[in-house]
Amino acid sequence: MRTISFPRMANYHVPIEFLLKSLLPGERVLPAPPVTRKTLELGSRYSPDFACAPFKYTLGSFLEALQEGADVLVQTAGGCRLGYYSEVQRQILWGLGYKFELVNLGGNEFGPLGMYRACKKLGCTVGYGRAAYYFALAFRMTAILDELEGYIRENLVFERPPGRFESLHGEFLNELKNVTGFESLRVIGGKYRRLINSVELTQPEEYLRVGLVGELYSLMEPFCNFYMEKELAKFNIALKRLINVTYLLFDKKRLASRTLKEARPFLKYEIGADGTDSVAYMKLLAERGYDGIIHLKPFGCTPEVNAMPILQNISAEYKIPVLYFSFDSQTSETGINTRLEAFRDMLEMRRKLRAK
Amino acid sequence: MTIGLPRALLYYRYSHLWENFFTGLGCDTLTSPETNKAIVAEGARCCASECCLPSKIYMGHVRWLTGKCDYILVPRLEGFGPRDKVCVKFNALYDIVRNTFKDAPLLDYDIDHKRGRGELAGFLRMGAKLGRPFFKTLAAYNSARGARQAEERLAAERQDSLMRARPEVTVPKVLIVSHPYNTHDNMLGRPIAEHIRRLGAQPVFADQASSAECARLAGEISPSLYWTFNKELVGAIKLYEKNIDGVVFVTAFPCGQDALVNELVMDKLKHSTPMINIVLDEIWGDAGIQTRIESFMDIIDARRLKYENNIIPAHG
Ligand code: SF4
Repeated sequence: MRTISFPRMANYHVPIEFLLKSLLPGERVLPAPPVTRKTLELGSRYSPDFACAPFKYTLGSFLEALQEGADVLVQTAGGCRLGYYSEVQRQILWGLGYKFELVNLGGNEFGPLGMYRACKKLGCTVGYGRAAYYFALAFRMTAILDELEGYIRENLVFERPPGRFESLHGEFLNELKNVTGFESLRVIGGKYRRLINSVELTQPEEYLRVGLVGELYSLMEPFCNFYMEKELAKFNIALKRLINVTYLLFDKKRLASRTLKEARPFLKYEIGADGTDSVAYMKLLAERGYDGIIHLKPFGCTPEVNAMPILQNISAEYKIPVLYFSFDSQTSETGINTRLEAFRDMLEMRRKLRAK
Repeated sequence: MTIGLPRALLYYRYSHLWENFFTGLGCDTLTSPETNKAIVAEGARCCASECCLPSKIYMGHVRWLTGKCDYILVPRLEGFGPRDKVCVKFNALYDIVRNTFKDAPLLDYDIDHKRGRGELAGFLRMGAKLGRPFFKTLAAYNSARGARQAEERLAAERQDSLMRARPEVTVPKVLIVSHPYNTHDNMLGRPIAEHIRRLGAQPVFADQASSAECARLAGEISPSLYWTFNKELVGAIKLYEKNIDGVVFVTAFPCGQDALVNELVMDKLKHSTPMINIVLDEIWGDAGIQTRIESFMDIIDARRLKYENNIIPAHG
């Protein structure tokens, strides 16, 4: 029996773990430990200096998984440079003397078929039809997870007293582990949808609406963005975010032409990775009268840096302020909080001025 | 009519194609001057600070051209195939320029494998935009393409003949592995090559080796590499393996793509030939870099000495 491990991002380890367990019965599936400061330090120590933060985080996760006895590593990332990650990471880890196998679920063949092929390489004996069933189930699970987390994100700020969302969310993740088929998923999903929707919300008279755009890892992994979403809720800010795994896996490709159209006249072409989505989404939120935009990316992330002059123009045209963050291994939480606070104050000031 | 060509990024790859094409259409071309301090400073001012140095320089060149010509050529490149991508900077370049210099008149063409847009179609559209008849454009493109290929072949041959000289009777050869827009830029790579020459060695250039052959050879070093430009550079190390005494990688800050590729290549080939990686985070002039090159040359000389005394074979 081998131990199969993969880096975590947000809560997606639940569906991924489910999928790998179903496709590879008889193997031990063990998600890497949750991302912490130590993960980043470990990853940075062995990464090329200018590798971006997601590279360092996932390398750190691999190291932690190897230390816990993993012998098969699965890279689940896709995106701008992410397709090349696994080859470089494999080389680095080999150089450190670890013995393991590494397969890439993302990379160039991002999508169910590529994933299935990668699992075949790992010795998956589950047939096509059965595998398709498990994939569908895992995707459904991801979609429900994204839906409920999206609802929580948008309403966290209205929850008084806070705490109920968080505990329900935890219970939900726990119960997801008991899913055996579509029926049980439907029951669990329905139950928590009901519970979460019935959490009492109080609409404060005044609150700010802010949109989050940027690079996927910085947006989705809360440790990487220093739990910014929670911080913002404390600041009386309601959030909206487009990017989640469901979007990236399914909607992005399907909507690509529409997204580009929405980004006009600011863009003529797609600008790579998720940059086009950042532009189109910021424009959409600006049109809807949002108070501000926060743009997140790892330091030096080319596609998102590319988007910046365009975001800047949208900001000028629609008079909507943008706050830019770049994360690297030196980023400190205090620095972020100070800037967030200043941003909040500025947005409130603008509100008041406009109300007059 | 005058078409402005920014002397940066893709210019170093396509200059022959562009110049011949526009001349063939009866246009004048105006190329911005060699990069100088003012251009770098101006470019940096127009960019987010996190942009890579070559793209800042590019913006400086575009800036220089504004107001001096009827159109500025800013192409857009998505990729050449499913396993042949380019840095996303080239995906966005046109829109970045357009959003930075709002009034600049731009001329563009798009190469996008995903959408089935090739070079020929792009050039035909440019011809139409400039009001040139179809067949004139087609002829101009064909002869420009031929000129570019001939020029490339010539450069590769020149370099190959340098390589064929027997190692023991010539000076050491150092392969510079970097994008042509770094290697041949007045303020980035060229001073490095000159320094190597001053130290008594012969610099040779990865970007001047036959690109088709290099792209194929790159797979032997890094099978999953899918960036065309990097493939063409990395493959040159394999191509010239037997003829070179050392490899100098030059990357620009903060290029994450080159950082990954170079790290991998250096690790995989660490036993074959001496290598260093130079990161340019500002323009040339750094005494630290000069010293590093000097000590690198010392290593190469020491190895050659051993080779001449037959203590160890140079490439084994
Ligand atoms: S490959 Fe690197 S140096 Fe070249 S444009 Fe992209 S980020 Fe800049």
